[in-house]
Amino acid sequence: MTAPRFQRRPAVARLLAGRRDLLVVSGLGAPTYDVAAAGDHDRNFYLWGAMGSAALVGLGLALAQPKTPVLVVTGDGEMLMGLGGLATVALCNPGNLSIVVLDNGLYGETGGQESHTSGPTDLPAVARGCGIADTRTVTSEAELAALATRLHAIGNGTLFARIPIDPAPLPRILPPRDGVYLKNRMRSALGLSPL
Amino acid sequence: MAGTSRVDALGWPAAIHAALKKHDVRQVAYVPDGGHTELLQRVHADPAMTPVLLTSEQEGVGVLMGAWLGGQRGVLVMQSSGVGNCVNMLSLVRLCQLPFLALVTMRGEWGEFNPWQVPMGSATAQALQLMGIQVQRAETPGEVGAAMQAACSMAFEGGTPMAVLLAQRLIGAKEFLK
Repeated sequence: MTAPRFQRRPAVARLLAGRRDLLVVSGLGAPTYDVAAAGDHDRNFYLWGAMGSAALVGLGLALAQPKTPVLVVTGDGEMLMGLGGLATVALCNPGNLSIVVLDNGLYGETGGQESHTSGPTDLPAVARGCGIADTRTVTSEAELAALATRLHAIGNGTLFARIPIDPAPLPRILPPRDGVYLKNRMRSALGLSPL
Repeated sequence: MAGTSRVDALGWPAAIHAALKKHDVRQVAYVPDGGHTELLQRVHADPAMTPVLLTSEQEGVGVLMGAWLGGQRGVLVMQSSGVGNCVNMLSLVRLCQLPFLALVTMRGEWGEFNPWQVPMGSATAQALQLMGIQVQRAETPGEVGAAMQAACSMAFEGGTPMAVLLAQRLIGAKEFLK
């Protein structure tokens, strides 16, 4: 493996640094721990299940809050389970939605079995084929910084970025997992009542 | 009854659209079905509603979760076979107490030519109920508007997850043979 690989926690912390109105949805498994490790926040919604739904939760949120940037942080395994959702996202193409896949090529939560991205599958190519125009693989700190700047703003369409990461497992950082609490906490941060 | 005759004149898809508008449903996530044709035309023509075309029905549960997080009500529109695709995703509905509404056209239960529709069609209501969704059925055109109004009230004012099944007898069996 010659391609550069990022350390996942500093990379996610870099994306979230200086956040203001950004809304964050994290996919189950290690990306949820990475987002939590960068600092729990009222505008974080952590998925602990519903595998394959992270990008779609981000889509519904982005459509409902078109003036607010929405970031989905998920992993290759979670994204692979919902690949069709990239076509759904691309058709709507909200400019306030960014999907970042932390790609270690592994199912880390289940014992480190290799995923399809350790084989032939190229997630940015899938996203581009679905119709997402701005797809990237981040290969340098400068590109990571550019991604961070972009995802806190509103663009012309949805962004899809793959960040190759070091596959080494890290200690779990466990954020709240009460779905009702997490739901109402984000709604409250947006000035919305529980029901 | 005057209200009933007006709905009959417009047709039951119009009654569904009216109920969704009355309850301020803004995102309509769907996989197309023949029985939903007129409703989906009305949704696409309505600037207050955002149609979200899905590749598979389970995506819609995620979309509606996100919509509600962001302050919009949504509905998932699909055929009975799609309910089977949704089962694990309905965990979101229970865990997060998501005000959830699904609108399901039934296949495999009345004059069905295609036997491949029968296994899921015969298990649709039970699959929803297993995941904690309350199920209502509309058997005739005149029942649709009231069923939708009742389901919208329970879902969006009470927070009870709801599904309205539109009977195949109501929609009409699909014609395969000419």
